Amino acid sequence: MARKSKASVESTEVLSGENAIQNKEIEGLSQGQIVRKRFFRHRAAVISLYTLIGIVLLAFTALDFRLFGIWRVPGWWKWTPEDLPELRFGDCPNDTVGCPTISFLPKFLGGQGIGLGTHPFGQDDIGRDFFALVMKGTQRSISVMVIIGGIGATLGIIVGSISGFYRGRIDAILMRFVDFMITIPVIIIGSVIGYRYGNLGATFLALLLGLFAWTGLSRLVRGEFLSLREREFVDAARVAGATNKRIIFKHILPNAIGVIIVSVTLLLSGAILLETALSYIGFGVVPPDVSLGLLISQYQDSFTTRPWLFWYPGLFIISIALSINFIGDGLRDAFDPRQRRRISKKERQESATARKLAQAND
Amino acid sequence: MVAFVLRRLGVLGVILFGSSFILYNVAAISGDPTADLRLSTDPNRDFLIASLTRELQLDVPPPLRYFLWLKGVLGVFVGNPDFGIGRDGSAVVDSLALAIPVTLRLVAAATLFAAVLGIMIGIVTALRQYSRFDYSMTFIAFLLFSLPVFWVAVLLKEYLAISFNNFLREPNIPINWIIGIGLVSGLFWASVVGGSRKTYWTTYGVAFAASSALVTIFDITGWLLNPSLGPVVVLALSIGIAFGVTQLSVGLINKAALRASLTMAGLSVVAFYPVNWVFDNHPGALSIFLMACVLITTAVFVGLAFSKIDRAPIVRTSIITAVLSASLVLVDKFMQTWKPYMETDAINYRPVPTVGQRNDLLDTSDFWISSLDVVTHLFLPTLALTLIGFAGYIRFARGTLLEVLNQDYIRTARAKGLSERTVIMRHAFRNTMIPIATILVADFAGVIGGAFITESVFAWSGMGTLALQGIRAQDLNLLMGVFFITATLAVLANFAADLLYSALDPRIRVGSGA
Repeated sequence: MARKSKASVESTEVLSGENAIQNKEIEGLSQGQIVRKRFFRHRAAVISLYTLIGIVLLAFTALDFRLFGIWRVPGWWKWTPEDLPELRFGDCPNDTVGCPTISFLPKFLGGQGIGLGTHPFGQDDIGRDFFALVMKGTQRSISVMVIIGGIGATLGIIVGSISGFYRGRIDAILMRFVDFMITIPVIIIGSVIGYRYGNLGATFLALLLGLFAWTGLSRLVRGEFLSLREREFVDAARVAGATNKRIIFKHILPNAIGVIIVSVTLLLSGAILLETALSYIGFGVVPPDVSLGLLISQYQDSFTTRPWLFWYPGLFIISIALSINFIGDGLRDAFDPRQRRRISKKERQESATARKLAQAND
Repeated sequence: MVAFVLRRLGVLGVILFGSSFILYNVAAISGDPTADLRLSTDPNRDFLIASLTRELQLDVPPPLRYFLWLKGVLGVFVGNPDFGIGRDGSAVVDSLALAIPVTLRLVAAATLFAAVLGIMIGIVTALRQYSRFDYSMTFIAFLLFSLPVFWVAVLLKEYLAISFNNFLREPNIPINWIIGIGLVSGLFWASVVGGSRKTYWTTYGVAFAASSALVTIFDITGWLLNPSLGPVVVLALSIGIAFGVTQLSVGLINKAALRASLTMAGLSVVAFYPVNWVFDNHPGALSIFLMACVLITTAVFVGLAFSKIDRAPIVRTSIITAVLSASLVLVDKFMQTWKPYMETDAINYRPVPTVGQRNDLLDTSDFWISSLDVVTHLFLPTLALTLIGFAGYIRFARGTLLEVLNQDYIRTARAKGLSERTVIMRHAFRNTMIPIATILVADFAGVIGGAFITESVFAWSGMGTLALQGIRAQDLNLLMGVFFITATLAVLANFAADLLYSALDPRIRVGSGA
């Protein structure tokens, strides 16, 4: 037998050690528990999750919010986007007006002290409180995103699972239709719809855009269904007398859920960028309504003199999209069965000493 | 194979027909071209509406009008395409003919840069998996994914155009900038090279010293106002390129390849003055093309002359070296043009433009000045599109290379004692490039859609601007013309990607099965 080099012996030992650590971690846990555990170990994803929750809470509690259009939930912020407080000037740098009063520098370091002030994000050219405007814009952009994502996900899952499960003619028809739709750039169809229906309100616009956002997801779900329906557990369910509906919802869909969730997060971050881009070129949310893209488009010319009108909406768009992308990344890792976490040196040493002890005891 | 191509082309035709039918009807239902006329108080309003209706055949219902439009478009096959007329009465074909090259220029440049940079960084992150460099690049890639392109564009305009132009008026680089650039470049190179702590800090020091010194020299010599490389720097860089390309391509152990590429590097420098003479006396794209042909032919002969066996890799190495070092000469020519370009009245020392695809005030009689003008106008939009696009390539190249490195044949290659260079460059890199090449082709078409916003921010009159104009003015023929071109490019690019995939990967056979 060939001599094994020392390095390779070590590496196989390390590998089996890693396996042991990983196996021990998932002993006796359900699939959901394993996924949750893995997700919460992805530090960037967890930070992003909390950031996103924070942004949503901030935006939706700051201003009055109509729950389902009926119940009015009062907000805690003193201004609304419609208020016209007096424009602050005099104490701003470079003779500008309405500069932000938010301050992070404590007094003993020469700053204003940590606090919000009257207009934390400043004021726009007619004096409206910019914090209120940005919060309103964030509300709009998030709700548009959720509606597009919700409709896109529902349609995509339904069309994808029907065409992957039943195959044959219905699959051919649906997938040809998807081919047609995918060829049309989403920015063109979005602009066409936005130009005509943007003035009917952000919700209606989002509903229509959602009708065109499902195509990519449906292809993915179809692919998953095509491979899963050939597996033994589906045959077993069929032999046991399960109906098609039961097989789809109870057997195949839960197995495809990882791929679906990851791709829905991508759909969501794409949706917020689509909405802001459309609003920016004037085909999305239209004034007097407010959205983050619209704010940037309205105030981009004042970037040199009053940059805060440009920075704050942009920072909110980026924070939302970035958090969603990282959450998606964390979910992808959590759902991936082949995913192996990097075992830290400490854990490796601990497991090695444990194994040596066990060998010594034998 | 022929049957396969024909069948696929037929399917593409059907897809184009279906998608254009859907868009035509959605757009026709969403907009009424006579809407603004109906609101006008013009006394001959009714006449205007009637004439517009007649010209655009608005009395025909959209699903049927689509076929009238299609009939004109199908004229492509008899060499007489008719995309109808726009609302201003001009033929859509003419507007498209002006817009297509503008957009293609932008998209081609952006795709090229995004792909090259993205793939290089992606490969380094994969080779340094779980390092600090990997984590920071992953973060940057996600950040770039999440950036709205219009936001980036406004920032670039402010900081790279306006501030940089202001800076160029008196280009004195402050000392803290020199140190800052040195620190960042040290961090970058040290993370790329990696290795033990000692190597890390050595690399850091060398990179810090080199880049700070370089920036200081630029500062002292006023290089930013009057840049040039000169034959000496070209020679030094060419020798560096010769060694680098040889190492990556066949390994420095192959002396024949090293000699061939060093010869080519030397030849490029020997040709420095003659080539510049040609540049000055016979400027134009044709002479550049002819010289490139001469260059490549020479490179082939040099490669053949130095090699006895295994000729193809050596010829390839010498060609790559020759092209890279010759482009240094071209870059040098552009640098020499920089000063006269800045001194023209149209530019007046503000060389980085924020809008448009060329400066209309500029005297275009000089080939080099007008070419440089095109390049400077390409700069910001390309950078914006590249920043957004290359994040995808980083992630994709990293993922693919990691997948490939886990394959059994890589373990076999290592086990039989091949050098790490051979394993990475010959076994892993080539297999990584197969999916990347196909993504690249398909992405080229996708970027055209993404270029719409960029064009509108930078006021380029490309296809995106035409499409938005078509939507705003309810100009259905214009919109459909742009859509038809982009959609055709998209489906053809996907088809080309399929063919390329089967050509690159022998495991996939075209025409087998469905």
